Amino acid sequence: MADGNPPPMRSFAQAASTEEIVVPSRVVQIDGLVALKIIKHCKECMPALVTGQLLGLDIGSILEVTNCFPFPSRGGEEEDEVEADGANYQLEMMRCLREVNVDNNTVGWYQSTYMGSFQTVELIETFLNYQENIKRCVCIIYDPLRSGQGVLALKALKLSDAFMELYRTQVFTGEKLREKNMTWKDIFEEIPVKISNSALVSALMTELESDAPATQCDFDRLVLSTNPFMEKNLEFLIECMDDLSMEQQKFQYYYRNLSRQQVQQQAWLQKRRAENAARRLSGEEPLPEEDPNNPIFKPLLEPSRLDSYLITNQIANYCGQVNGFAGQSLSKMYLMDAFHAD
Amino acid sequence: MATMMGSTVLHLPSGPTGVVGKLHPTVLFNICDSFIRRNDQQERVIGTLLGSLSSDGTVEIRNSYAVPHNESLDQVAVDIDYHRTMFELHQRVNSKEVIIGWYSTGSGVSASDALIQEFYGREVQNPIHLTVDTAFTDDQANIKAYVSTPLTLGDRPLAAQFHEIQLDLRMVEAERVGFDVLKKTVVDKLPNDLEGLEGTIERLQDMIETVSRYVDDVIEGRLPPDNAIGRYLADTIASVPRVNSDAFDKLFNDSVQDVLLVLYLANLTRTQLTLAEKLNTAAQIV
Repeated sequence: MADGNPPPMRSFAQAASTEEIVVPSRVVQIDGLVALKIIKHCKECMPALVTGQLLGLDIGSILEVTNCFPFPSRGGEEEDEVEADGANYQLEMMRCLREVNVDNNTVGWYQSTYMGSFQTVELIETFLNYQENIKRCVCIIYDPLRSGQGVLALKALKLSDAFMELYRTQVFTGEKLREKNMTWKDIFEEIPVKISNSALVSALMTELESDAPATQCDFDRLVLSTNPFMEKNLEFLIECMDDLSMEQQKFQYYYRNLSRQQVQQQAWLQKRRAENAARRLSGEEPLPEEDPNNPIFKPLLEPSRLDSYLITNQIANYCGQVNGFAGQSLSKMYLMDAFHAD
Repeated sequence: MATMMGSTVLHLPSGPTGVVGKLHPTVLFNICDSFIRRNDQQERVIGTLLGSLSSDGTVEIRNSYAVPHNESLDQVAVDIDYHRTMFELHQRVNSKEVIIGWYSTGSGVSASDALIQEFYGREVQNPIHLTVDTAFTDDQANIKAYVSTPLTLGDRPLAAQFHEIQLDLRMVEAERVGFDVLKKTVVDKLPNDLEGLEGTIERLQDMIETVSRYVDDVIEGRLPPDNAIGRYLADTIASVPRVNSDAFDKLFNDSVQDVLLVLYLANLTRTQLTLAEKLNTAAQIV
């Protein structure tokens, strides 16, 4: 049965004015080249933390990262000079890469981290900076220390949308957060990472793969010395706890002040009411029950919860790392036990 | 009639060159990527190699970038400005990487390469020329590196002779990432810690089984015994430290207890965080 009427045509203006729905990226697809370059750059500059730019394509629900380049590290000179230099470097690099047909589209940035301690306010601010220009940007975090243990510690992060809106309002009071139902887990969203390689590269790699049954990766994984890593992790964890307890103290102080202020307000109100009753008896004008000039009515600022959220995030991260690592060490130790029994 | 030969002597270099090249996998990936992204009219891609020279003659090739060029039958034009700009940009990130040579895709060395080699010879003393065979002629991945020496006839430069040098293709970094990740065209999920460990232990088990099968075969006479292998095996087994049984048990238990304690602490912390968050969101501020 043929459909008689063709679908109504939208005018160009209509089509232009409908907002594009931004589909959140479900997967980040990284080229093997990018992974290797990130690893190389982060390892070379260890223990300094470094950053770089990611270039690629944004298609559908997949964010493809096809190339990247490192940023020169700041040498601690004047702020203005370094900023101008940095912007210049970026422009020059993009121009040069465009000439050799590399995708000229920034899709995010990468940074190296030390033991997973990357949740800082700077990260959030950088995200917002990028988000102004690019619809969907991603941040790749690489941990060179953990990779020294045989696991590829590459993560792709994104700020959740709800958190971004909240941040724009710059209000982090308990109530606001409750009404948005935001917990500390909702700040960052991790996106699954896929690695893709071109056919040429995969052919070459297959040829060049050494025939030895064990690779360096295996050697790294089977190392029995677990102490240094655990110690570092625990050290960082303890520091974070200290920070968290400081934040808690700030809150306690605030609440104490708040309740003290309320008590004062009540007392003042009582006094006013008594006065008014007396005045009414004597026929005078009752005084207003509110006095905005009285300092005890000044609203106290509730301290921002953003820092405690970030710290909580960090702690959760460290705990997760300890978890994973402990599982591995236990398996390795039982392996050693089996060896010895023979 | 004796012609005066004078001082024209054809110098031919002799002997193998002692330069060894070490190639990092990043370079290979870079080259392949620029080859795939080349313009339609170009048949091959040319670029600069960056790296470091060590005192014993080993050249480490660490990084590379493609340089646009135009090639026709009789002439070659390389974009020198681009090359200089990119080099400066790379220097700003890592000042230890210097120009050590150039690469081209396609097998073998062609005539125009001598000119390019001469150009790069002005930048660095002994430029390395790396060829990557992307067309897989001979059904093999041919990656070769050459150094050139000029052939002179007296004082006049005649040609450049390219010697092949030894190229070390051990890719330690690629191994770290894992060849499976780099081999396939698409890897859906990066393996996490436990899966990686599982794979490693499986490989270890396979190796031990192979060795034990070999030893059984030798004992039963199926295979001729090989002294070198036998000695090697004895060394390997001797490297497992002989610890007194009690001492080992104590050591083992202590370590296991330590790890379990830390694990418990971490889980406790996490539970505490979740609990606090539930309390926070449920509590009312008056």
